[in-house]
Amino acid sequence: MYNEIKTSFLAKIENVMLARTIGVGFLMGLDLQLNFINEVKTVISEAVTNAIVHGCLSNENKFVQMNLSYDAVNIYIEVIDNGIGIEDVEKAKEPLFSTKVEEERAGLGFTIMDVFTDRLDVESKVNEGTRVLMVKKYSE
Amino acid sequence: MAVNIQMSIRKNMLFVRLKGELDQAVTEKLKIRISEVIDKYEIKYLIFNFENLNFMDSSGVGFIIGRYSELKRKNGKIIVCSMNRLIERIFNLSGLKKICGVASTEKEAEKMLEVA
Repeated sequence: MYNEIKTSFLAKIENVMLARTIGVGFLMGLDLQLNFINEVKTVISEAVTNAIVHGCLSNENKFVQMNLSYDAVNIYIEVIDNGIGIEDVEKAKEPLFSTKVEEERAGLGFTIMDVFTDRLDVESKVNEGTRVLMVKKYSE
Repeated sequence: MAVNIQMSIRKNMLFVRLKGELDQAVTEKLKIRISEVIDKYEIKYLIFNFENLNFMDSSGVGFIIGRYSELKRKNGKIIVCSMNRLIERIFNLSGLKKICGVASTEKEAEKMLEVA
């Protein structure tokens, strides 16, 4: 039953779409509802965009890691960057908080990740990086 | 681009039809194209048709808020029509409904603007 993939890609914004596509492909065998798959796609997009734009500051020499796995009950999505880190994780999680207001970012990333999954863990160290783990239940 | 854009103008209304996936990789280019038309043709009302938009994340929300601020200066308005379920959920979550009108078709959107 258990399955897992580990991926690593450059912190280029074009790779967000790739990450979503990998996610959808990985879950193909699980016979999930479209609505559920769309939620997974969305949280991958949010986490990977954050890692690239905020973590790596779009520095295209850096790598972002995305690890996906599932067991009989849950799907696990882990996104790791070795970027600048988040000073205050609780504050970053607040809806509408954004450090890049001038760039038309909605500051909703963590809110969406929180609402669309069952568990959201964020660990971060300034100048070392950020690790986001999301757990989403798909079966009773 | 992961997204296709098609635009048409009627009076002071700009219809923007998006197809594909709206994320951070494409918002900047879209913004430039749309803002150019808004300026050039003195557009006051923006109608987004999302019938063929399969995916949108919070970058799309930021993008719509940006266009709202742009039109607000001219007392303009944004109406979004034909959203799928996922995009509607993001819409509700983000509070975009407070600043944008929602319609089921372009025709309905146009009517809402004529009445207002």
